[in-house]
Amino acid sequence: MKTLRQRNIRDYIMVSLLVLSTVLVLTPLIIIIGYVIINGLGAISIDFFTQELGSPARAMQGRPTGLVHSILGTLVVDTIGVILAIPIGVGAGIMLSEYPEHKLNPLLRVLNDTLNGMPAILKGLLAFAIIVRPMGTFSGLAGGVALAFVMIPIIARATESALLTIPWSIREAGLAIGLPRWRVVMSTIVPAARTGLITGFLIAFARAAGEAAPLMFTSFGNNYLPTHWTGMIFGPVDTLPQRLYSLAISPYAEWHTMGWAAGIVLLVFVVALFTGAQLLTRQKAL
Amino acid sequence: MTTNQTASHSLVLSRPLPAIYRWLGDKIFLTVAVTLGLSIIFLAGAMAWVLINDGSLAFREFGVIGFLTGTTWDPGVNFTFGALPFIFGTVVTSVVALALAFFPAVAVAIVIAEYAYGWLAKIIETLVHLIAAIPSVVVGIWGIFVFAPWMREKVYMPIFMWAAESQPSLLPILGNPIGYGMTTATIILALMIVPFTTALTRNAIRQVPKEQREAARALGATRWEVIRMAVLPYARGGILAGAILSLGRAVGETMAVAMLIGNKNTFPFSIMGPAATMPSVIINEFREAVGNLHLSSLMAIGLVLFVIAIVVNLIAAYITRKLAITGGQGI
Repeated sequence: MKTLRQRNIRDYIMVSLLVLSTVLVLTPLIIIIGYVIINGLGAISIDFFTQELGSPARAMQGRPTGLVHSILGTLVVDTIGVILAIPIGVGAGIMLSEYPEHKLNPLLRVLNDTLNGMPAILKGLLAFAIIVRPMGTFSGLAGGVALAFVMIPIIARATESALLTIPWSIREAGLAIGLPRWRVVMSTIVPAARTGLITGFLIAFARAAGEAAPLMFTSFGNNYLPTHWTGMIFGPVDTLPQRLYSLAISPYAEWHTMGWAAGIVLLVFVVALFTGAQLLTRQKAL
Repeated sequence: MTTNQTASHSLVLSRPLPAIYRWLGDKIFLTVAVTLGLSIIFLAGAMAWVLINDGSLAFREFGVIGFLTGTTWDPGVNFTFGALPFIFGTVVTSVVALALAFFPAVAVAIVIAEYAYGWLAKIIETLVHLIAAIPSVVVGIWGIFVFAPWMREKVYMPIFMWAAESQPSLLPILGNPIGYGMTTATIILALMIVPFTTALTRNAIRQVPKEQREAARALGATRWEVIRMAVLPYARGGILAGAILSLGRAVGETMAVAMLIGNKNTFPFSIMGPAATMPSVIINEFREAVGNLHLSSLMAIGLVLFVIAIVVNLIAAYITRKLAITGGQGI
């Protein structure tokens, strides 16, 4: 039998270990963000937002280079992804939450979770096989499709949980005043759950916006701005995450610096989306 | 009843909805929702089909067992492809990363759920989520330019020098201390899966009824005893499922690993030296692969990755359902 004193000492030791672990986990976060901010701010300039990258020689000769083509490309590819992912994800989420009696529901839930856990690189391979190969060229469209594959399962899950937070009695009230089922969903449940839906979109978007793996062999990358804007959709296009990878593994010091600048832009973009989602969640709780 | 054509109108609907409108509207809505849901099922099927179809050439050429156990990866001269080095690299890095990440991650979840109240818990939770939000490539660039050189100077070189002087027999096991290699990649991987393990453990702990804790407190248990005897046993199914899902994350993590593992395609791998994983070899070679057999072999590696991911997810789903404590949802 242990004495109370021994038990209290043990309690104290465990608290210390728990706090130590927390510090251990959070320290690298602060270090990484600190390095990205310091190195990134030093590397960022007006040229970064207005010039295209060009060949390595351009950076080595000190001519102005930047990543405007990557930033625009990211916006185009991400937009395509969001446009494709939101209807499919929301539709599947509605099926999961509003039609629990449907026979395919359990299968859909398992497959959706499995897809969510699938490595993003496999989603890139799928987009390569069904878009890039038939089209015969790498394209922004294929990149957008690959990112949609990343977002769809997250949006479907988030939609399902957001809709399920609305009490079942609201649906019964709607049905009782004679609304058809689809009007109950579209006019009462979805509007009531819209904060949760938007939070889900933002989280899915933040996750996809930082992904480089699915873009490596779908949108491929491009050192230059396309001559016409459609080139962003139907031709190979640069995106920030994939460009960051290429810059970091390149042998040129100037490109490494630019990689840090791309890092801070990407980090700010993703963290802004993430913070937006957090703020919405808090607002909902009030 | 259709007698209300002239009778009092409802306040909500100025005109009663015709039955056909209700019936057709519901039918169309259900069809649309089910079609969108089916497209996800179709997506999963398409992924399996594409990987099997494209990988079949490699499997036919080397045989399934031959491909999985082959140790030579030679896209340059002999066009011989075996996946064992990458399977080995993936399994070792992700299992070790989970082992490194598991206890700190559970500890953070306990701190958030049981110790730190109110604003502090909220801040810690937000920061942990923030780790998950940092893009993999951003962690990778930090790893390439800061972490790997630091590890080389402060950790690998001293160990290497010590081994060279007093234990030369260890040198082949330790490998080249270039900084980019298995240990570096594994540590970064551990850091990256911590948020998932923490979030899933947190969910599992949240499901433990308050009465469990109160009963233990009433018996005079100290705070740690409450956690060890009342909370953790109750939540262990969810924690286990969370650990397995985190393993799935680690298996699929691509960019940071590809940037830090050094990318060496042949055995022998060593502790500090370069190696490769399944995602890293796909990222590195798919863009440049020209031969059909090479492409097909990379797709076949994708299929192995796919099967591992499915198995991991199904096991986690099974544990979650069996122990029915937490909703095993990924982030």
